Amino acid sequence: MARVRSRDQEAAQASMGNIVYLIMRRMRTPLLVLISTYAVAMAGMVLIPAQDAAGHPVPYNFFHAFYFVSYMSTTIGFGELPENFTDAQRIWVSLMIFASVAVWLYAIGTLIRLLQDVSLQRAIRERRFRRRVRRLRDPFYLVCGHGQTGDALVRTLTDRHEHAVVIDIDEARINQLKLDDHREYVPALCADARHPRALEVAGLQHPLCKGVVALTNVNESNLKIAIAAKLMHPDIRVICRADSHDVEANMASFGTDHIYDPFDTFAMDLAIAIEAPCLALLSNWLSGFEGEPLDVPIFPPRDGRWVLCGYGRFGKAIYRHLNEQGLSLTVIEARPDRTGMPKDGVIHGRGTEAVTLEQAGIHEAVGLVAGTDNDADNLSIIMTALELNPTLFVVARQNHKHNQILFERVGAQVVMIPSSIIADRIRVRLGVPLLSEFLTHARFEDETWACELVSRIAGLVEEQVPHVWEIQVDEYHAPALYRASQEGVELTIAHLMSDSHDRDSVLPAIVLMRRHGETRELLPDAQARLRMGDHLLLCGALAVRHSMDWTLQDPNVLDYVLTGNTRPGGWIWRWLAQRGRSEPNP
Amino acid sequence: MNPEKVVFGFFIVLALTLNFGFFIGEIDNPDHHHVWELFVVIIVNLVATVLKFGDRSHMGALLLATSLVAMIQLFAAGLIWTIAAHATAAGMTPAVMASIVSLSGGAMIANVISVVLLVIETFTLRR
Repeated sequence: MARVRSRDQEAAQASMGNIVYLIMRRMRTPLLVLISTYAVAMAGMVLIPAQDAAGHPVPYNFFHAFYFVSYMSTTIGFGELPENFTDAQRIWVSLMIFASVAVWLYAIGTLIRLLQDVSLQRAIRERRFRRRVRRLRDPFYLVCGHGQTGDALVRTLTDRHEHAVVIDIDEARINQLKLDDHREYVPALCADARHPRALEVAGLQHPLCKGVVALTNVNESNLKIAIAAKLMHPDIRVICRADSHDVEANMASFGTDHIYDPFDTFAMDLAIAIEAPCLALLSNWLSGFEGEPLDVPIFPPRDGRWVLCGYGRFGKAIYRHLNEQGLSLTVIEARPDRTGMPKDGVIHGRGTEAVTLEQAGIHEAVGLVAGTDNDADNLSIIMTALELNPTLFVVARQNHKHNQILFERVGAQVVMIPSSIIADRIRVRLGVPLLSEFLTHARFEDETWACELVSRIAGLVEEQVPHVWEIQVDEYHAPALYRASQEGVELTIAHLMSDSHDRDSVLPAIVLMRRHGETRELLPDAQARLRMGDHLLLCGALAVRHSMDWTLQDPNVLDYVLTGNTRPGGWIWRWLAQRGRSEPNP
Repeated sequence: MNPEKVVFGFFIVLALTLNFGFFIGEIDNPDHHHVWELFVVIIVNLVATVLKFGDRSHMGALLLATSLVAMIQLFAAGLIWTIAAHATAAGMTPAVMASIVSLSGGAMIANVISVVLLVIETFTLRR
């Protein structure tokens, strides 16, 4: 047992420094034994004389002895002898054959066992990972935690040719990542991100590290990652998931850049859904997981009273946001002495009994929020309330992931899962920053605008979350457009939107926003001129994007889209075409 | 007293003394340089090299480096001897002997450095 522990310690040290030392240290004894056995065997072979064909004694020299011992000990056994053996030599060889073969097997066995050693393999993997991270020549994000959120974030980043480095504590998730097909190589390591050394290995101090995203499902881990990031690389962006106000305040205290609080975010989304269902749906669709079925619209009742069970972190956030919307709320709380209470008082109780709910006026209420921090209580509240009033609009808070199957069946219209809310926000902010801006600006538009856009998006894709992407109109990302604009060609958004196979048809996509410098334009007109430096946000099917990439990058395709000519590509063809034009047929 | 240090010091010093024993004598006279001496020098040097494996200190790295130098020189000497004695028609000429001995002289310098380093390390321990 003690030996195992010391080996682990050795391996841990080796992972920091040189693995070669570890191998050398462990191979020391086998090598020493091997050398001495060879020396003894060779010395014996030289000392005992052999005989030539005539039977005269002939001494073996060192070269012959080495040659013989080498093939004896490795049991290669050529059967060819430099000189004939005498019986004295045969006695010596029969002793030595056991010694040298055993020693040889021992040395090889030690080496193989060493290479199979788990701790050594881990050390080798970590070393390789460290080297790959060090060699990164493009800016990258360090993603800690590769659950559903981390996976989606990495995919979004790599799809945009941005780089990511992943740490996760779970070996299975790392293996899964390696099997996944990403557009960019994603170095990944199975390590505990709470250890600053793991973060350092993953490139936290790398000059090109753009930011750290802490997405583990443990608050404490995220906090530790944020602290380590701020201490080890102070100018870096740190984006964190936090499920509690304490942790959030703690993170903010040392300057974490973006902290996502699921309760506040969700309460605001719910308030928006009540006020403007289409806008909520728009945001939901655009930031969903690509390829998944579109969510059905929800219409939380606007007129009438809501019953809110639980006045904790979640309850307070809901109360504040719904109160701002002018909705009237009745709050039920079991321990108002601990949580505090709103100014119009609370109804004392847990809400799991019919009495309390009736006291809160569940029969006349239109909506119910089951927002305690206990999943069993929340389920019980919903079931009791729906028996009393089956027409209720129910919002449920799900605290633990493993209760998902129960919440799916309980009959709640909206289920709030803290982790996935944050996940979506971070994924959108890092992956498609323009979409984040778009959604912020869309809040200032009226509901009919949002409803119109929602129906247009629904027409684009068949019941699936559309692909949302950005286009940068500049020399690097759109060389064809750049060249055309240098030649003075007027380019419009309509040109971009026409199909590169058939210019008369329009690609099924929507330009959601155009950003130029500091100006932002929602749903720009098709006839609007494209300028160099424009950033466009589009949504549509993935195939549309590929088609559009041709127009952006291939001058011939762009020429076809602009003029309808299919211009010859190579310079010989162009020269022939020119000749044909300049020399009219006689 | 640390028995590991005794063994370590023993082999390093033995490598030097044996090396010196092989080296001393007329440089091109085969009678002054015995093949057994070269064999033992190579074996002892090999053991000394392996003993230095896995020491992560700076001094350890330097000791290993000197040993590796000595090994290269001695292997070259052994190789020349073998080739000259077995694979050439002329056999062991005084010129061949001279080059073998001068190679072992080079190895001896490396061994001297090893011993000097060992002495320095012992002094810096101040015990």
